[in-house]
Amino acid sequence: MNEKTDVAMRQEGQITKQGRRNDDAALLPPVDVVEDEAGIRLTADLPGVPNDKLTVRVDGDTLLVEGELALDTPEGMEATYAEIQVPRFRRAFSLSRDLDTSKCDAAFKDGVLKLHISKAEHAQPRKIEVKVG
Amino acid sequence: MYESLFSPSFNLFAELEGLQRDMQQMFGTAGMPSSIRAVARGAFPAINIASTPKSAEIYAFAPGIDPAKLEVNVDRGVLTIAGERQSDLPQESDKVLTYAAERFTGSFRRAMTLPEDVDASNVQARYRNGVLHISLPRSESAQPKRIEVK
Repeated sequence: MNEKTDVAMRQEGQITKQGRRNDDAALLPPVDVVEDEAGIRLTADLPGVPNDKLTVRVDGDTLLVEGELALDTPEGMEATYAEIQVPRFRRAFSLSRDLDTSKCDAAFKDGVLKLHISKAEHAQPRKIEVKVG
Repeated sequence: MYESLFSPSFNLFAELEGLQRDMQQMFGTAGMPSSIRAVARGAFPAINIASTPKSAEIYAFAPGIDPAKLEVNVDRGVLTIAGERQSDLPQESDKVLTYAAERFTGSFRRAMTLPEDVDASNVQARYRNGVLHISLPRSESAQPKRIEVK
């Protein structure tokens, strides 16, 4: 009955068919990825995540973006309809070796993360002089 | 949207999507109609609705929007949230490659029916961390009151 195709949403704490609890379930934030000569720009939607709950980490060749939602919820609140049921976003990307992971900049505003990873010096496009003769 | 969004006894959590789809297939044409404002999953922005004894709270997950350009209207018991998100994807050229363009761009509009006991003149809306949070207090006369018997 549950076909979740684009966003991997699972109920928190639900026992799956394998009998495991999904306390770690997270939503996939939608991303835009654009490559130009200077590097790769990644833009991700992480609404509801405050600055201090966002984690952007590069581990070897894996880029991990993770965020926890924190909404201001008045006392005694009960959800009656929820399209976002899991308070966590997570998405990982594997990076290629032409990207220089020590040269990233990231900005996070209004729930939108903009990350730019530069290409390593040696990988920048260079015109190669062809000597004749 | 759904008939009784705010009645606390109606738990819409589990298998919401599949249930609605199955119901529509089985009954939609004949018996139980689905709300005329019901939407398929995946609409932007995603919406969560919650209720407290004193208010109804609506959260619309709309990151990267200029709050001054958001239109939030309450008209005859229907709350509408509308706005636009510009695309900042570059033009395709031989120097630029777009690998993924999953984020929503363009105009959006979502509408939902509010319960009758909500006081539409005292709505508060805040935009923080990409979430639009709308609070609608329930009107005084609808609050549960203890009646003293002398």
